[in-house]
Amino acid sequence: MSAALQDPAPAPLLRAEKVGKRFGGFVALAEVDLVLRPGERLGLIGPNGSGKSTFVNCISGDFAQHDGSVTLAGAKLDGLKPHARARRGLARTFQLPQPFRSLTVLENVRVPLLFGGHAADATERAMACLEQVELAAKAARLPRELTQVEQRRLELARAIALDPQLLIADEAMAGLSHAEVDQIIALLLRLNAAGTAVIMIEHIMRAVTEFSERLIVFVAGRKIADGAPREVLAMPEVEGAYLGKQ
Amino acid sequence: MSAAGERSVEAVGLDAPRAAVPKLLAPSPHHALFWLCAVLLGAALVVGLRLIGNEYGYFAGYFILQYIVLSSAWNILGGYAGYVNFGAAGFMAAGAYTAIALRKAFGLDLLPGIVAAGFVAGLLGLGTGYLTLRLRGVFFSIATLCLAVVLQTLIVNWDYVGGSRGAYIVRPREVPPFVSYGEYMFVVMLVLAILAVGISRTVELSRLGRGLQAIRDNERAAEAVGVPTLRLKLIATTLCGALMGVAGAPLPYYSGYLNPEAAFSLAYAVNAIAMPLIGGAGSWLGPVIGAVLLGGLQQAATVTISSALNLWIVGWMLVIFVALFPRGIIGWFRRRA
Repeated sequence: MSAALQDPAPAPLLRAEKVGKRFGGFVALAEVDLVLRPGERLGLIGPNGSGKSTFVNCISGDFAQHDGSVTLAGAKLDGLKPHARARRGLARTFQLPQPFRSLTVLENVRVPLLFGGHAADATERAMACLEQVELAAKAARLPRELTQVEQRRLELARAIALDPQLLIADEAMAGLSHAEVDQIIALLLRLNAAGTAVIMIEHIMRAVTEFSERLIVFVAGRKIADGAPREVLAMPEVEGAYLGKQ
Repeated sequence: MSAAGERSVEAVGLDAPRAAVPKLLAPSPHHALFWLCAVLLGAALVVGLRLIGNEYGYFAGYFILQYIVLSSAWNILGGYAGYVNFGAAGFMAAGAYTAIALRKAFGLDLLPGIVAAGFVAGLLGLGTGYLTLRLRGVFFSIATLCLAVVLQTLIVNWDYVGGSRGAYIVRPREVPPFVSYGEYMFVVMLVLAILAVGISRTVELSRLGRGLQAIRDNERAAEAVGVPTLRLKLIATTLCGALMGVAGAPLPYYSGYLNPEAAFSLAYAVNAIAMPLIGGAGSWLGPVIGAVLLGGLQQAATVTISSALNLWIVGWMLVIFVALFPRGIIGWFRRRA
């Protein structure tokens, strides 16, 4: 008991309790529990249709109606709309980049700042975010003029502008080359070093294992593994889920 | 935000010496200059028309200015937020019949009638938005069209405001210090047009405008980065409805007679959409250019051929512009620049 008092575990940043989602009779997500520490790097993997994005949508508020409960830094998020969760420090990126196509790169990043209490110095802060992702030189460009990896970086700049406690990167590296994947990993590591916890949902195993401190695996809407990346990937159930049972 | 949040801000360099902002990117609204220019242009129009001394000039001017108000109002919701409102005639008629009802009930004159019309049509916009803004795309548009049909049915069956036979308002011969009643109505609509364009411009350059543009481009992403999408859309529907109602309030005073067929005319709904699209939706100047161009053409056709050609002209112009200049005149100039 005294040891516990001397070295208490930090309060969880994110706590998901029995989070579930049904679409009609189909169970997309079944009673998933997850605890994330502040500043933790978590990888979330699973085959297509395993419920990863459904879980993210429940956490981010895209699916307002779901079973179970979600708390961020001790505050309940249930019933809150995505914009309210974003203002509490929960940022996410999308599988396909979703920029505001008629706004310049700079304006894209100014939007979260304008609505996040930084209207007075939104432009300066947005430029600082763009410098973080090495897009400052393209501030006046439109998103369609950016390459694929630059669009991914713009998504991350918009997320950084929210000053997040937690960033959920939903397949932020899909379709990128080896070198571009490295760029995004380096960016996420810098953000994490600044104190932001990151949940990385990814199919690129190299990226997940390189980045994550902890790995969880979803199969058919259930969490089947949770632990250190090497141990999790060596589990027969995980191998079976990816390669098929022998 | 939280301590963790503050740490991350510091680490990403937001509190470090400010990053250089390209000069061209810094917003420069020049609000005072805009209002000064608008007032000067308005005064020049009044003086010019008085010097010409032709009553038709006031009529044509009123016609075009009315559409500047209507299309600027449509642009706030349709151009900035991307929600196409097919119910412009409904909101305009709501304003016109509010003015008639208040005239009949309390003997209120035009100016308080305009204020009340803006209030009633704004509330109608808010209610419509609350009921329909969970719909997107064509479903929202159909809902606004339905609103106009429902309102028309209500007015046709409301005897107090004249029902299907219409309502009369006795026009005074003159309103001092104006030289004619036509000039008075022109000046009233001119002031409303300046206010509508000013409001539309202020919205475009404000935080609200940026939020609406983000909604238009990608509503899900806007919500994900902290934009309160439903609240902004409700503000837009309220503003849009209020300005459309304001555009309609002087209508019975101008013509002296109004019936539901005229108040809910298809021409209002079509012009309210066509003018911003042709001028350049999403920019405060687009609806002004569209209204002057299309309104002027329709007046020219009315005088030289027949008013029956008005919608025919609008239809052709819309087809031509959608095919050749899909971003309207403003968009075409911006692309060339």
